[in-house]
Amino acid sequence: MDTVLTKSTALVRNPNMLGGIILAVFLAGVMFLGGALVPYDPFKIDMGNRLQEASTLHWLGTDQLGRDIFSRIVFGAKLTIGLGMLAIFMAVCIGVPIGLISGYIGGRMDAFFMRIIDGILTFPDFILAIAIAGILGPSLTNIVIAIVLVRWIVYARVVRGLVLSEKEKEYVLVSKTSFSSPIKTIRLHLLPHVMPDIIVMAAIDVGKVILLISALSYIGLGAQPPIPEWGAMLNDGQGYFQVKPSLMVYPGLAIMVTVLCCNLLGDGLKSHFDIRKGRQEL
Amino acid sequence: MQRIVSIISTRIFQLLIMILILSFVTFLLMKVTPGDPIRAILKVDDVVVTTADEEKLRQEYGFDEPIFVQYGKWIWGVAQLDLGESLISNRPVLDMILNRLPATAALSLGGLVALLLISVPLGIIGALYKGRWPDYLSRWTAILGASIPSFWLGLLLIYFFSLKLNLLPVMGKGTLAHYILPSITLGIAMAPIYIRLLRERLIATMQSTFIEAARARGIRKERILVFHALRGSLIPLVTMFGLSIGSLLGGVTVIEILFSWPGMGELIVTSVMQRDYPVIQGYIIIVGFLVVLSNLAVDLLYLIINPQINQEKESV
Repeated sequence: MDTVLTKSTALVRNPNMLGGIILAVFLAGVMFLGGALVPYDPFKIDMGNRLQEASTLHWLGTDQLGRDIFSRIVFGAKLTIGLGMLAIFMAVCIGVPIGLISGYIGGRMDAFFMRIIDGILTFPDFILAIAIAGILGPSLTNIVIAIVLVRWIVYARVVRGLVLSEKEKEYVLVSKTSFSSPIKTIRLHLLPHVMPDIIVMAAIDVGKVILLISALSYIGLGAQPPIPEWGAMLNDGQGYFQVKPSLMVYPGLAIMVTVLCCNLLGDGLKSHFDIRKGRQEL
Repeated sequence: MQRIVSIISTRIFQLLIMILILSFVTFLLMKVTPGDPIRAILKVDDVVVTTADEEKLRQEYGFDEPIFVQYGKWIWGVAQLDLGESLISNRPVLDMILNRLPATAALSLGGLVALLLISVPLGIIGALYKGRWPDYLSRWTAILGASIPSFWLGLLLIYFFSLKLNLLPVMGKGTLAHYILPSITLGIAMAPIYIRLLRERLIATMQSTFIEAARARGIRKERILVFHALRGSLIPLVTMFGLSIGSLLGGVTVIEILFSWPGMGELIVTSVMQRDYPVIQGYIIIVGFLVVLSNLAVDLLYLIINPQINQEKESV
């Protein structure tokens, strides 16, 4: 109990971490309680009340179709953050096992695959995502597929590098020579070793992916109207920014706060786990 | 010399692998997705069509052949610098993309200038006043810059400087004034890593012995930093830039859409919307080529800057 307490106070003492945790608690609250709290149906069109200013009835005003902006942003939180986390979760689930196995087996096969992966990694992931999303057709599901297709490679690459540097160490060799199955060695010794790196990467990556999803939605390749994904809201309301700037301000602010939360958490966790700099940032 | 040959051949190998895999994956995806390019072409003409017409066109484009044959034909064309023709405008894809290249290059250059103007001063401030408020200012700019969606930043800039203050043009490309907002947006989007890198580098260099020697001779800290430490820190910055050409090409896409900038990014997004497959494929090839070329340039630059290190590596 004592160690848990000292550990958690050490975490909180890092200002980035503290800021990140506060934002994360706030965002989680919005995500899980938001549905119950929003005053209006985020999809309900009310042409009599279009482009209203902020008031006690509509806290952030209404958009060009009379929909309540506050309700849409709160509803969008679940969507934007949830999809970002889902995409990274899937990328981790695909990339980490492949990286572990490839690094563990090593040899020519591993070298060959990594050459290929390096080749793909030098290609800008945003453009690849545009191409894939464009070919599959614009929709949120396809965006998530595109992102998973692009991102898992990064995890495979990093995990494989970590395994390579670790697998000649004594404790792994002992496990290998004591007739444990490769799967057991990987699960008991190598996976826990790469976990901190994966957590830090994933925390920062969720933010990156949210930026990616919203950018793709903004250019029209992601969420389609009337879905209140934040990037799509910016696309949707673009014609009305001049008459009603709040249509532009709040969705963007929501994206920024969310990504900031991810970056702060990632930074805080990085110094908490004492992950050295110089590892390739991907 | 041997080293140069090996660097170049590694990069060429990388380029070939990248192009083959990416183009094949996208090719495959195109074939398995429900959207039919033939229908898309016919829709453009907006006339009544029969299935016989459809079949005829399908044969004309070679879409009735097995997928491997189609892919083989296409990649054979690429080897001869023929990227095919657009399904929509019937123009050669290579020409379409190369026509857009100068606009994107010009905007990227503008972004680079903005990047330097933002990140170098902030990096210096961070290192010089480490642990004091200017350092926090520099670090927070980096954190916020990494969190802000670039298209939103662009929208805000347009709103304030073009619509409210009426100082700068909203969109398009014409005068020098048109470059200001997109360049700043691009510069800020790229700045965070550079601010951090420069700050860390400068702090590390300031602790090294030759700097201490200079300080012992009574040279002022600011002067050392700008004239001695900064020079040594610029090399990793240049390397970083060469390696981030890829993310630059990605980032510039959104900004081109936002500012209606007639560059390659705008072309690819329009083509994606119209399902103009040859253009998408061609674009992937060109981007891959540009990225590998810039990586190669960085490799060679390294070799020129630091010949000893590479010789050491070779002898090990």
